[in-house]
Amino acid sequence: MGQTLVEKIISSHSGKTIQQNEIAIVNVDAVMASDTTAPLTIKSFEEMGGTQVWDSSKVVFVIDHAAPAPNERIANLHSLMRDFAKKQGIKLYDAGSGICHQLMVENGHVKPGQLVLGADSHTCTYGALGAFATGVGSTDLAAVLLTGKTWIKVPETIKIQLNGTLQPGVSAKDLILFLVGQLGIDGATYKAIEFTGEAITNLSLDSRLTIANMVIEMGAKAGFVDTIGLELPYEFEPIKADEDAKYESVYAFDVSQLEPQVAIPHSPDNVKPISEVEGSMIQQAFLGSCTNGRLEDLHEAANILKGKRVHPEVRFMIAAASTEVYLQALQDGTAEILTRAGATFLPSGCGPCVGTHLGVPGNDEGIISSTNRNFRGRMGNRNSNVYLSSPAVVAASALFGKITNPKKLLKEAVK
Amino acid sequence: MILTGTAHVYGDNIDTDRIIPGKYTKTLNMQELADHVFEDLDPEFRAKLTAGDILVAGNNFGCGSSREQAPLALKKAGVSIVIARSFARIFYRNAINIGLPIIEIKDHTINDKDQLKVNLSTGEVENVTKSLKYIGSEMPSVMIDIINDGGLVPYLKKRGTYQLV
Ligand code: SF4
Repeated sequence: MGQTLVEKIISSHSGKTIQQNEIAIVNVDAVMASDTTAPLTIKSFEEMGGTQVWDSSKVVFVIDHAAPAPNERIANLHSLMRDFAKKQGIKLYDAGSGICHQLMVENGHVKPGQLVLGADSHTCTYGALGAFATGVGSTDLAAVLLTGKTWIKVPETIKIQLNGTLQPGVSAKDLILFLVGQLGIDGATYKAIEFTGEAITNLSLDSRLTIANMVIEMGAKAGFVDTIGLELPYEFEPIKADEDAKYESVYAFDVSQLEPQVAIPHSPDNVKPISEVEGSMIQQAFLGSCTNGRLEDLHEAANILKGKRVHPEVRFMIAAASTEVYLQALQDGTAEILTRAGATFLPSGCGPCVGTHLGVPGNDEGIISSTNRNFRGRMGNRNSNVYLSSPAVVAASALFGKITNPKKLLKEAVK
Repeated sequence: MILTGTAHVYGDNIDTDRIIPGKYTKTLNMQELADHVFEDLDPEFRAKLTAGDILVAGNNFGCGSSREQAPLALKKAGVSIVIARSFARIFYRNAINIGLPIIEIKDHTINDKDQLKVNLSTGEVENVTKSLKYIGSEMPSVMIDIINDGGLVPYLKKRGTYQLV
């Protein structure tokens, strides 16, 4: 019988042919932990009796979630990470370098066909490269540091076929928000997802990362974006599921008529077409995160905001996904356009996404955000209302102080 | 092992941000986690909870982040076991790894304040208040070994690496 992508990758990492619902012990190609999870990982690793990690070249630490440190407690946790990384000879990206998932992809720590674990739920992002990548907790990750292995139950796979071409002003984020709305927050729990179809194979790497990023918002263990048409800075062998692979279910959507989508408070699957929420007031706009903090996202916003100024009652914040992205935005003038439009650039990192510091909203405020989660309290205040959208919707909404469809503005920009 | 306690019942899709908000996760002090458990979901929770009580939820408990601080906070706060109709994947693994017992019961009818008696070895839960019995879903054998060893740290200390039977 044919194999799905996840069956293929798990088979190649366990040394035997394996099928869905079986349990396998697999060799892990790379692991990552952030400043939210690495301190507990170190603690568990030491409690397990670990002294030397199994392979220092395969371990990456990133200080991004609360970076630079907002207080002494976190500063000391950062020091703990630095000390451990130095002692073990492992790569550490320090505060300001960028978001863990962006750095993993940008610096080639993950490649197509690999099996990668991260102590962060959005590790699923690397599925954009055709890698099996999933999030685990700190102790699971510590076990990999010790043994180089983990155990996995091979998931069943949902196939999602996306046909048609997206309208101008509609992006990969709208696509994935739409799908999260369709399948629901636990619609893919314990499952893998394969995305395919012409709407996908035309997309850039940045857009593909956006799609894979949010599969966890449907509960999925991993997502795979078809690698047809994928361009990477190095040669790679495209990996394909077999024609006769067995799927748990198959969905097909024609996305040609899709309008921008918005997830309304307080769940990422609470998704509405923008026409139903247009006009909702916002006081803060955030462009950034591992979902939408890349160059393409900054370009979309600049396209809308060039020569304009955001609404005087809106605080508009941007955190580029990495220093590299920020540098590119500086070089091509995007950062200047956005700054002149009223944006404040935060350090490259998670920024307001996870509510630790930098841009915590006030009571009853509305926030339009290009991030991936709007659970109550996610941005640090349970009494605020977070709406999730594409970068274009964030920019258009910042301009008017209320949720706005970018379509009209894009027409003007074209003229 | 038999556990008995009072049920505290919550709904579906309780995410990890509501179990322990992101702003409190950066610590190695378990008491600091416990002090903020469920803060954005039910600020009264900590006052209501007596050590040994049982947390009961609907579908998809623990969805969202991979933060192990979520089960750690519940454990330190005194929750003896979590029963839910279903669990999000990462939370499920994390709870077992850190030694917080959990049982998935797809069709439970537990109400707030029901008295429960849980047999951890058989996965059987008795609702003493309602005189009903439920049976938990089966777990992969590697998870049962991890539970029996008391979590992933003692499991690996004992065995050195993963073993499948
Ligand atoms: S940007 Fe947000 S979702 Fe992404 S890793 Fe950072 S905190 Fe998590």
